[in-house]
Amino acid sequence: MTRGRIRAKLQRSHLYSFSCLHPSNTEAERPNSVQGSRIVHCNQPHLHQKKPLKYCSNFISTTKYNVVTFLPKAIFEQFRRVANLYFLLAAALSLTAISPFSAVSMIAPLAFVVGLSMAKEALEDSRRFVQDMKVNRRKTSVHKGNGLFGYRPWHKIRVGDVLKVEKDQFFPADLLLLSSNYEDGICYVETMNLDGETNLKVKRCLEATLPLEDDEAFKDFAGIIRCEDPNPSLYTFVGNLEYDRQAFSLDPGQILLRDSKLRNTAYVYGVVIFTGHDSKVMQNATESPSKRSTIEKKMDYIIYVLFTLLVVISLISSIGFAVKTKYQVPDWWYLKPQNTDSLFNPGKPALSGFYHLITALILYGYLIPISLYVSIEVVKVLQATFINQDIHMYDEETGNPAQARTSNLNEELGQVDTILSDKTGTLTCNQMDFLKCSIAGTAYGVRSSEVELAAAKQMAIEEEVDLSSFPMHRDNQQSSRKNVGRVSEIELETVISYSNGTGQKPVIKGFSFDDGRLMNGNWLKEHNTDVHLLFFRILAICQTAIPEPNQETASFTYEAESPDEGAFLVAAREFGFEFCKRTQSSVFIRERYPNSKQPVEREYKLLNLLEFTSKRKRMSVIVQDEEGQILLLCKGADSIIFDRLSKNGRMYEAATTKHLTEYGEAGLRTLALAYRKLEESEYATWNNEFQKAKTCIGADREAMLERVAETMERELILVGATAVEDKLQKGVPQCIDKLAQAGLKIWVLTGDKMETAINIGFACSLLRQGMKQICIITTNSDTLAKDGKEAVKENILNQLTNASQMIKLEKDPHAAFALIIDGKTLTHALEDDMKHQFLGLAVDCASVICCRVSPKQKAMVTRLVKEGTGKTTLAIGDGANDVGMIQEADIGVGISGVEGMQAVMASDFSIAQFRFLERLLVVHGHWCYKRIAQMVCYFFYKNIAFGLTLFYFEAFAAFSGQSVYDDWYMLLFNVLLTSLPVISLGVFEQDVSSEVCLQFPALYQQGPRNLFFDWYRILGWMGNGLYSSLIIFFLNIIIFYDQAFRAGGQTADMAAVGTTMFTCIIWAVNCQIALTMSHFTWIQHLLVWGSIVTWYLFLLLYGMISPLISGNAYKLLVEALGPAPIYWAATLLVTIACNLPYFVHISFQRCFNPMDHHVIQEIKYYKRDVEDQHMWTRESSKARHDTKIGFTARVEAKIRQLRGRLQKKHSSSVAS
Amino acid sequence: MASKGATSSGGAKDGTSDSSSSSKKNSKKPKYSRFTQQELPACKPILTPGWVITTFIVVGIIFIPIGFASLFASEWVVEIVDRYDEDCVPRNYTYNQLAYIQSSETNKTCTKRLIVPKQMKSPVYIYYQLDNFYQNHRRYVKSRSDKQLRSRASEGDTSSCKPEAVGGNNYPIVPCGLIAWSLFNDTYGFSVKNKALEVSKKNIAWKSDQEHKFGSDVYPKNFQSGGLIGGAKLNASIPLSEQEDLIVWMRTAALPTFRKLYGKIETDLEANDEITVVIQNNYNIYSFGGKKRLVLSTTSWIGGKNDFLGVAYLTVGGLCLFFAISFIFLYVIMPRPLGDPSYLSWNRGQVN
Repeated sequence: MTRGRIRAKLQRSHLYSFSCLHPSNTEAERPNSVQGSRIVHCNQPHLHQKKPLKYCSNFISTTKYNVVTFLPKAIFEQFRRVANLYFLLAAALSLTAISPFSAVSMIAPLAFVVGLSMAKEALEDSRRFVQDMKVNRRKTSVHKGNGLFGYRPWHKIRVGDVLKVEKDQFFPADLLLLSSNYEDGICYVETMNLDGETNLKVKRCLEATLPLEDDEAFKDFAGIIRCEDPNPSLYTFVGNLEYDRQAFSLDPGQILLRDSKLRNTAYVYGVVIFTGHDSKVMQNATESPSKRSTIEKKMDYIIYVLFTLLVVISLISSIGFAVKTKYQVPDWWYLKPQNTDSLFNPGKPALSGFYHLITALILYGYLIPISLYVSIEVVKVLQATFINQDIHMYDEETGNPAQARTSNLNEELGQVDTILSDKTGTLTCNQMDFLKCSIAGTAYGVRSSEVELAAAKQMAIEEEVDLSSFPMHRDNQQSSRKNVGRVSEIELETVISYSNGTGQKPVIKGFSFDDGRLMNGNWLKEHNTDVHLLFFRILAICQTAIPEPNQETASFTYEAESPDEGAFLVAAREFGFEFCKRTQSSVFIRERYPNSKQPVEREYKLLNLLEFTSKRKRMSVIVQDEEGQILLLCKGADSIIFDRLSKNGRMYEAATTKHLTEYGEAGLRTLALAYRKLEESEYATWNNEFQKAKTCIGADREAMLERVAETMERELILVGATAVEDKLQKGVPQCIDKLAQAGLKIWVLTGDKMETAINIGFACSLLRQGMKQICIITTNSDTLAKDGKEAVKENILNQLTNASQMIKLEKDPHAAFALIIDGKTLTHALEDDMKHQFLGLAVDCASVICCRVSPKQKAMVTRLVKEGTGKTTLAIGDGANDVGMIQEADIGVGISGVEGMQAVMASDFSIAQFRFLERLLVVHGHWCYKRIAQMVCYFFYKNIAFGLTLFYFEAFAAFSGQSVYDDWYMLLFNVLLTSLPVISLGVFEQDVSSEVCLQFPALYQQGPRNLFFDWYRILGWMGNGLYSSLIIFFLNIIIFYDQAFRAGGQTADMAAVGTTMFTCIIWAVNCQIALTMSHFTWIQHLLVWGSIVTWYLFLLLYGMISPLISGNAYKLLVEALGPAPIYWAATLLVTIACNLPYFVHISFQRCFNPMDHHVIQEIKYYKRDVEDQHMWTRESSKARHDTKIGFTARVEAKIRQLRGRLQKKHSSSVAS
Repeated sequence: MASKGATSSGGAKDGTSDSSSSSKKNSKKPKYSRFTQQELPACKPILTPGWVITTFIVVGIIFIPIGFASLFASEWVVEIVDRYDEDCVPRNYTYNQLAYIQSSETNKTCTKRLIVPKQMKSPVYIYYQLDNFYQNHRRYVKSRSDKQLRSRASEGDTSSCKPEAVGGNNYPIVPCGLIAWSLFNDTYGFSVKNKALEVSKKNIAWKSDQEHKFGSDVYPKNFQSGGLIGGAKLNASIPLSEQEDLIVWMRTAALPTFRKLYGKIETDLEANDEITVVIQNNYNIYSFGGKKRLVLSTTSWIGGKNDFLGVAYLTVGGLCLFFAISFIFLYVIMPRPLGDPSYLSWNRGQVN
């Protein structure tokens, strides 16, 4: 409750983008004005044991229940289900005389159902508990007084404690950094678990606390921190440290957050500020909601419908009863009407009627299948086991199988409409490979990117298919043959170049470049050697990474801010320019030339660093080499660089542009490299200005710095361009392609920069050349900031409406749009007045990419999509930053990769790699959806068919509440006699095999379009139930009306009629399920036919036990029914008559209006797929939802382009 | 309650130094079996036109002969039904039937003549049929004690028999309950050509009832001794297992119109024989407007006269043949090659 109040205080406007390299020392002098009221006495945790300074402990708990609350809470959860509540009431009433049944037959099934569900809850919660305990018991080093540190478990850490955290450990709470092993008090932090970014962030302590550098120093350390209250904003912190009678302002740069990890730093000291649930990461965690699938929600409506029906027929019964009791019963002397009790009082028919209403409600309770929930539960657990056991979703590398963590969403997997995906770690491995480059107008690098390879392969197939499928080509065989030739040429070329690349060299992480012209120093033989030299130097120098010597390979690995930078450095190393050391002022490069054996170590004095921001889209360094030459080295987005080229720097512009376009098409991330030579004097004047800007204080400092930097980065000379392949996770483009073909929309929500996000979009085929990109960004927020929020919002609104207009006016049906929006804009776009425009636009776009979004925003976007479109959403992610969205979405999928477990813990399903999502959705989702849908429909059918016969009988029994069946029959109907076949339907049914599901992704659309659980189908099944009930009841009644039913002359009594009727029901519903199934393994056969056999066995055994228990059913089968031909004749007649309409319906439907899976079943049945493989491949390639994104769409675009080129070549050759 | 979903810290995977990780990894690998991979061999029947037509024809071919057989069996049964509740009330009581039946003074004997339409082979079963008598009323059905009926030891077990559980002096009534209390008490005597016909009351109840449900040591006690007399009285010297009329009556009927076996005549009745029936019209059905019928009937293998079963079989069989023909017709008019890919939705979409 307190947490909620705190969250209400959260001010979103405080969010601003986090830039780790901003020097913060300059502004650290003046204390902040602090709004919050939290006071932390550093190194004096004992002061925090009493109120009001007592804060929550560092103990965390994510469980739903504890030992005490489990029973009441879990029971409460169970009886929140309407049906369960009804059955509880019925069970309670069954103890009184009102109930038509014995108490045991009401209470036993309920206890079973509720007990089973609760056991499942307990198991799931205990797993969470174990996980929590593991975290709480981790140990960390705490100052115990007198400068001594000792280990203590996490949950015993208190606010004010001084901690010493060592390398590669997680921070146990939110800490204020006091000092580190580095002299300047910096440390490197990996925030993977918070925001999903894998690059390291630098935190720097206050200068005042620098002297606290060893254990001893904390003997007398004391200070007071006044800071904000706990809040979920990861990127803000406001507070002051009072130390040494001075106040210092604190900012996020000094705060180490729980769940981030210390890297590259031996140790740090820190003071605990926020513990346990107060910490930012826990504040960010949203309550884990209990999710229910669409089918289950709809099932509630059906239950309501049935309830209404139940109430209506109960009312009819009780009114009928009251009327009969009032007007007729007084004359029925055989009932002794003068001898009354409250349940039966002809004198007070209204009261008796009321009591009877309750009796009737219980009696007709069979309309509402009590076993439905428990059957569904059982089915889902079994389905989940199949998901867990699927060997095709087992990842050999990490050793993780897929896991259904909550089983109640299986069928929802088959109805997903939108996938919201995290990027880092989900789509990509966050690893860049240097693949190609263009230097001085020459393209290097012969290996092909994944996109190119796939394009070639696909094209070969398509051509073949085209030839065989279009007869008109036959007239023109010559040309088509030529085509084939050409295609195979293209294919060969790429395949060869690819195979050349792989076999020969050991794989270097981040480097897939292959071209003999540059490797091993061969670049010296090229023209323009000096340009090549510059190119490599820019790669090696223009960066912000930290080298780390690697003992094994005797070379360096790099901790870079972004993975591309790492790839550049690795490339530079491989080219012979090894970055080996960085000091505060210099960069050292070991340059190796083939003519000299020893590498030369050169020092470059780092004069200035103009860092990369998403707005500038470039970074530059100004260095002085050993000869004293001052150089500005710049790398950046091509458009930005090309704008700033000098006149004589444009020598290679045309060639480079061409190469850049090619790289872009191949799905590579490109950067252009340029340099500029500076005169000493020119630099000096500029540097003055720059320093001035740097030291100035105030809001416009950033803008000033930028402006000054701008004046330097001009008159550049183009050197070349690089192309880096962002290594996607295995199979991601193919998976996205298949998912797109299955008609799913994919949104990418990432914490990354816009450029990175766009590049990834290209790499995984969400974006492609020729797609119209709509970027919604906040323009010039600095200048507009004063005009207030309104202006910004209006601006965004304008952008949104313009874009929508553009899409509306677009005439080309093949045109595809992509929406790209950044986090800052998103904060506005997600506000209530604008979100619908935003959503409207986003839905019209083929792909949507949101960049720089915070975990909270991810959750908000997810909620918007979920609630705005009303369709099923699936969120997939791997890090703690995805937890919000995973919990918010209808289905949350966690990647159980190598990173943290938060996402997995919060998820409903976990898979080891993104590519398994295809199988999870297209195979398991499809199956589970159909299974559950059919199962639920059938369930209602069978209970209506059974329940209504009870009602009809009432009309013949003066509405007295007498049932025609024995209590035991009714008890066993749901529990034993009809439950196993329906479970086998729910567990084993397959309309088509898994291979077919994968080959025909279009089949998946049956789920999102909800073909198997729409109201027509549900009502159809209910109608079928109604029909069956009528047939079963009236045929039996008429046949057994008043005649002798066997040659012995006896007439049928109630037991005989009831038993015959019940036999008919058992036969009819079990034959019905056999007709519904399309996949019979021995299990289905056993369960369906076994159920019927069980009924006869039961009847036999029941008839053999003491007549005190079996009553009138004693020896019924053996003596009366078995020998009577009319019993068997009636069973046969009624069974056939019940199933006839359904049989006619499905025969008719299959013959004249077949659904896709029908046709495919037939193809498989006649093995036409083997005979006519052409047709099979052609159909499976056609079986896709019309999509504008994905690999295939992209490959098609590529093919169109290649064809155009071939056409041109062809025509030109003809012309000549 | 704020139970939070995200756990802290990704610790579960921190065992990088775990040397046995490879073996641990493999242990998580699902084991392959055709069952777990859902690849069990299965038969996947599909409804080809051949199957559809065959099914319909087979059902038709089976049903129609059964239908005819039942109809013939039913035809063969000879049945005489005679309603006597009104005829057996003297004229002067026509408007006061209730007084007539409730009075102990009135003469309840009544004679009726029946003509045998066709030869009736023995055994000829005698039934009484009651209309509008709700033997299936819950209050009525519940009002019995199987324990008491079965053994003398449980004589006092009458809790379920209300409101006819104990007599005036609080002694248990045997047999207790409304069902036994309202036992039918009309009697019939038959004679053909002034020669009395033997009515056998043996084996009219179910054998198992006689042997196991009604005790041979249980004798009627305190029965019909209260203020209100319901129906028949029982001979207190005959054990319940021998009281077959009671046993038949205690098997409650499913519907408010029912027949119960009264006895059987073990001699053949010739066509056009006139049977004289002497009825003791004791049972009160007049107060609730019921009817009483006397039924004489032979049986066949399907039991009594039951045209409906045959008709229903013929109807369903006929329908199936009709469907078979219509489907053949439809397949000829609108043939669809099975597994024709042009019927796939994406192909159909393109055509349109």
